Amino acid sequence: MSYGRLAGATGRTFSAGASLLSTLRLDGPLLVGLALIALYGQFVLYSASGQDWGAVVRGTTRIAIGAVTMLVLAQLRPGFLRRLAPWLFAAGVVLLLIVDLIGYIGKGAQRWLDLGLFRFQPSEIMKLAVPMTCAWWLHERPLPPDLRTLAVAAVIILVPAGLTIVQPDLGTGMLIIAAGGLVLLLAGLSARGIALLALAAAGAAAIGWNFLHEYQRKRVLMLLDPQSDPLGAGYHIIQSTIAIGSGGVFGKGWLKGSQGQLEFLPERSTDFVFAVVAEELGLVGAIVLLLLYLFVVARSLYLSMQMGDTFSRLLSGSIALTFFVYVFINAGMVSGLLPVVGVPLPLVSYGGTSMVTVLASFGILMSLYSHRKLVST
Amino acid sequence: MPARTTIKDHWGEQRLFEQRVLLAAAVLAVLFAVLVGRLVWLQILEHDYYTELSQGNRIRIEPLPAPRGTIYDRHGNILAENRPAYQLELVREQVPDLEGTLAKLVEAGLLAAEDLDDTRRLVNSRRPFEPVPIRLRLTDEDIARFAVRRFEFQGVDIATRLARYYPEGEIAVHALGHVGAISEGDLERIDRAAYAGTSMIGKLGVEAAYEDALHGRNGSREVLVNARGRSVERVGPLAPRLGSVAPLAGRELLLSIDLPVQRVAEKAVWDQRAAVVAIDPSNGDIIALVSRPGFDPNGFARGLTRSEFVALNTDIDRPLFNRALRGVYPPGSTIKPLVALAGLTYGVATPRDAVACRGYFMLPGSSHRFRDWKPRGHGSLAMVQAIAQSCDVYFYGLAARLGPDRLAEFLGHFGLGRPTGIDIGGEKSGLLPSPAWKRQAFARKQDQVWFPGETVIFGIGQGFMLATPLQLAHMAAIIGARGSTFAPRLVTAIRDPVTRKVEPVPPKPLQTVSVASPEHWQVAIDGMLAVMQGGTATRSAQGAPYRIAGKTGTAQVFTVGQSEKYDEKAIDERLRDHAWFVAFAPAEDPKIAVAVLVENGRSGSGTAAPIARRVMDAYLLRKFDDAASAAAPGALGGGE
Repeated sequence: MSYGRLAGATGRTFSAGASLLSTLRLDGPLLVGLALIALYGQFVLYSASGQDWGAVVRGTTRIAIGAVTMLVLAQLRPGFLRRLAPWLFAAGVVLLLIVDLIGYIGKGAQRWLDLGLFRFQPSEIMKLAVPMTCAWWLHERPLPPDLRTLAVAAVIILVPAGLTIVQPDLGTGMLIIAAGGLVLLLAGLSARGIALLALAAAGAAAIGWNFLHEYQRKRVLMLLDPQSDPLGAGYHIIQSTIAIGSGGVFGKGWLKGSQGQLEFLPERSTDFVFAVVAEELGLVGAIVLLLLYLFVVARSLYLSMQMGDTFSRLLSGSIALTFFVYVFINAGMVSGLLPVVGVPLPLVSYGGTSMVTVLASFGILMSLYSHRKLVST
Repeated sequence: MPARTTIKDHWGEQRLFEQRVLLAAAVLAVLFAVLVGRLVWLQILEHDYYTELSQGNRIRIEPLPAPRGTIYDRHGNILAENRPAYQLELVREQVPDLEGTLAKLVEAGLLAAEDLDDTRRLVNSRRPFEPVPIRLRLTDEDIARFAVRRFEFQGVDIATRLARYYPEGEIAVHALGHVGAISEGDLERIDRAAYAGTSMIGKLGVEAAYEDALHGRNGSREVLVNARGRSVERVGPLAPRLGSVAPLAGRELLLSIDLPVQRVAEKAVWDQRAAVVAIDPSNGDIIALVSRPGFDPNGFARGLTRSEFVALNTDIDRPLFNRALRGVYPPGSTIKPLVALAGLTYGVATPRDAVACRGYFMLPGSSHRFRDWKPRGHGSLAMVQAIAQSCDVYFYGLAARLGPDRLAEFLGHFGLGRPTGIDIGGEKSGLLPSPAWKRQAFARKQDQVWFPGETVIFGIGQGFMLATPLQLAHMAAIIGARGSTFAPRLVTAIRDPVTRKVEPVPPKPLQTVSVASPEHWQVAIDGMLAVMQGGTATRSAQGAPYRIAGKTGTAQVFTVGQSEKYDEKAIDERLRDHAWFVAFAPAEDPKIAVAVLVENGRSGSGTAAPIARRVMDAYLLRKFDDAASAAAPGALGGGE
């Protein structure tokens, strides 16, 4: 607990700004890291959207909504979040069932619930609700978890993941599994348990392959040989590796990337925005962005280690690592290491609800950290 | 705190968590290193390669169109193949000023001004950086004109492509169909990725029906183009590795068409508005399928200008109209053998019962006279002679006894009033009238009534009944084969162009037609034999070393199109009756069934029957007398 006290002490005594942050229950370094990434993101987005101010304005609006959400969530008490977890999970499962049912009746892909004012993707909730519920479940149980505890946790993870994958949304389904799985790993899952889960996952993947849509299989196979369909699905990967490779060390310059600006690069402002960063700002620009991400993850992990109770530790650790998983999957997919699964680059990719959910998760992390004194150890 | 927490080892769990975080941090560091390593690989080690691809030279993925499958007749004669041709292609992204460039192309005589709208649409409907063919089949002169001013046409270049070529020209065009430029409608149906690089698609006939087999699978290759959009080559250490996927050639089709016989049939009706269909009754193979006038499919494959198309489309003789499949005409007396069969099958007539023909027929309780074509009548006739002399009065009475429902149902077994199921698209069903049909076909109550007189004329194939030449050939084939029925087909086998493996297409048997007694077939066939021996078409059977069973017919023309009303001579000709002849031979074991229709040919026996004879001679005796064909049109005229 020694570094916890130290960090708390520094946070409280240094300046008025720090005291304001602590009143707002925010963590200064983490906030700065997130803000820098978002700022960097808007800077790139202006170029990636073809110099469209409208896109920047809309992107900034989403950041503002996300920031407010973060601020609000940071005020909640961890105990409340913990008690909320199973209810949020249950509601999410019901919503997923409704979405699947509508999709089944409508005979088409269905990810959205149309609430009139806005459309809303229940699987997004699950990215947070699953790790929360796993952490809730493990909170009162001795760790490392026994087999029975693990089995229940596996159900908590696999039910919403399965419901999401059949939508079909393989990308989000895998992310839900990752978020829940990370909680188990952090809870001290034994090497044997890991091997068992890996085996189960491999089995599930083999069975799942048969349920995949043709286009999804194609995307996985495309990774192995993007040249096999250069006019179709391979086009994305070919064009994005060309963009990255031609960027070189220092890049072609902001607004000067021919791949992005001449629209060779598909989805340049959304899923493939990382290629724009690498093309225009080069290896240096890409590594700066990756280091910012790394800082946010490291700071979050550090904070999680300060926390006194199982729920807070597991949930905040999972949030930090899941954030890194997003970054890795997106950058890996854009640079041709992983299949194109449609995971946005957190805080940078334009559009979708990801901006809000990512900032919301950091709001929860900050709540867990800033209220840690109130939890008896 | 609940009691259970007391057994938790808080200190141990804290340490366990910290261990796990450190473990995760280690994995994270490895993944981060992998990412950075990948970026270093792409951006430093492979930087020159990707720079080459992206900057000074852009990589362009160029589709390699698959050669379209060759089409052969039954003897291996080529009916459709591919030949190299030059075309003008444009890459939208590389043209600085599309309108200016198009205007200059028109000015240079390389593009027709009337095609500009179509060209614009085509250019805007393609994928980015895909070359769009804007002008096909350049002549040497066109190429020279383009070469001189090439610098003015940035983003436009000449490309060599394989183009469809029909060595026989107009011969068999209505069976083969043709390829034509992919239209916007086609684009909505097809998989665009599979057609990237293909500019032509099958439009009609075999070319359209077997599009999937003929098209093959396009390949692709990466090419380098410089900033001005021209293809360039690089050698040395900076040469990029360019990938390619070889195209898979389309499959070859073997047709049942017998080209020499087809030629004889085409020439026999060359200058007329006519259709000839010849079918092998033993399997449904189409030996010849003619619709005249025709047109040269090479025009469509080359790309017609708008005015050329308008000229073809508005021609008064309608060369684009497939009379064999889509022309519907009253079948006239050709259905009399079937009406006789129906009478036997339903037991309302016997072969021996004779009818006294005085030249007219009256329904009981009516004074209306239905006239025979022979004003004084035929005298007393039994069934065989009634068919041979084509006695209307006999069949008026027989139809009245059968009633329209039984008649329509029986004729339906022979493929009338429904599609024959030929393996190319577009055929019409014709029409088998019945009281039930009339009730739903007309809106006004008074039109829905079926009059007894309509039954009477139904018996001689007049009134509402309509049939296509294909249907009547199909019908003749069924009679000849004594009831066994096959869907007519053009494609008998599909061959892989690489392995040469032939995959036969089996004949498609349809429901066999059954009559009350097998002898009844012989009665109808005896009637048709008598047509050729002392009957209406005797002259056309003279000297034949095989026995022909046939039936003549005429179809009355009621209306004349409005556009024809000012040409006195044309009106006269176009008001004449259509001439029909159906036949099969040899009668005992038919190898060929033929239907001939000559629009305004007046006489089945005088006009249509000699044509059928030439087709049968060509097929059965391999007799291709060109001199006789040349003299053929002179035989027009003469009455019954």
